[in-house]
Amino acid sequence: MLASLENNRLLAGGQSLMPMLNMRYAMPDHIIDLNRVEGLASILITGSEVVIGAMTRQRDIEFSAEIQSGCPIMTEAIRHVGHRQTRNRGTIGGSLCHLDPSAELVTLCALLDATVTAVGPDGQRDIPFAQFPIGYMTSALQPNECLTRISIPLWPPTHGYGFVEFARRHGDFAIVSAAALLELDASSTILRASVALGGVGYAPRRMTEIETGILGQKAGSELWAEAAKACSKIEALDDVHASSSYRRRLAVAMARRALQAAGDRALANLQRH
Amino acid sequence: MDQRRITLDVNGSTFTETVATRTTLADFLRHQLRLTGTHLGCEHGVCGACTVLLDGRSARSCLMLAVQADGHQITTVEGLEASDGTLHPLQQAFADHHGLQCGFCTPGMLTTLIELLRDNPDPSESDVRIAISGNLCRCTGYQSIVTATLDAAKRMRMGQTV
Repeated sequence: MLASLENNRLLAGGQSLMPMLNMRYAMPDHIIDLNRVEGLASILITGSEVVIGAMTRQRDIEFSAEIQSGCPIMTEAIRHVGHRQTRNRGTIGGSLCHLDPSAELVTLCALLDATVTAVGPDGQRDIPFAQFPIGYMTSALQPNECLTRISIPLWPPTHGYGFVEFARRHGDFAIVSAAALLELDASSTILRASVALGGVGYAPRRMTEIETGILGQKAGSELWAEAAKACSKIEALDDVHASSSYRRRLAVAMARRALQAAGDRALANLQRH
Repeated sequence: MDQRRITLDVNGSTFTETVATRTTLADFLRHQLRLTGTHLGCEHGVCGACTVLLDGRSARSCLMLAVQADGHQITTVEGLEASDGTLHPLQQAFADHHGLQCGFCTPGMLTTLIELLRDNPDPSESDVRIAISGNLCRCTGYQSIVTATLDAAKRMRMGQTV
């Protein structure tokens, strides 16, 4: 159908496309509703990864015990996605394809090194999430391709996580968000780190400067504050919501808080195990 | 205009209707079924006034097409009271605590909070405020809505039903 209908749009949860239709920002000739397509909504945890069907509702992710235990940062971050009424309909695949620069699930996929799977007339292909955003609200999907699932590698159970964002009101689009994952050894030395910022550019920005800079160091508040300063040098969007210099200042604060939360949880987990 | 025939359950009654594919669920409920209790404020998913229950889950009826509701069960504000007109405990608590003034946001507040009280019979004030964070009210300042909801939760825990 995707290949045969001119000017079509796939409709997932409709929490972004429907407003665009209502306001005539998007005027497709054909809408293909994915809500009755079977087999696109599921959450499966294998030993090393979680595979989420593209049409899985955000609410089902929010209340999934498997996600809570295997990938707790997703449970924490998804509460910031819109409101209960929109999470009841909104899907993870729809959010990724819409690719809003401040979307929480988009930032998480960058943070977690997710792989997305798309199906088209030529078959199936996997796209590493780092290559998925190719422009402002534009993904690497071809016009005749459909996202089917998202695969996320799991971190060890002792990892710590933190997700924080600054928005003007609860449920609003974040001006800047920060997410962090940390893995420590028994002496609280950092073995592995992942840090991502949302809302600062057209796509999430992995803070590789921080990730490599803190490896081998001891976890602690001073280190987080020092490491987060790297966010003051990034390029950031400048729009009606915030200037780029304000976004940089927010990014420093958000990154520090995300690292702090992740560090505290990692230390607590180590004591428990 | 492209049309489809749909069958759905609204407030316990089955309707089979022919509807234009471009029609939103909200417009279908209001114009075709004449259930004007569902209000349309912003029509792009921000104000929450059009919230209905879709198979028991709260959803914005302005962000769904009527054809997508084919085969599903919808509850609107008209479906909350008993058949003899007795108000739902939540509606009664709204009346008792001045949980509404102009009443525009009320249908969305009620449907959203019905879902909350079903999933969480003993919510905290913060739980209630988070639940209605996607519903705009310009009259009450939310305080009386929160008070009414906490009181309704208490009444329902003591066994009051519709």
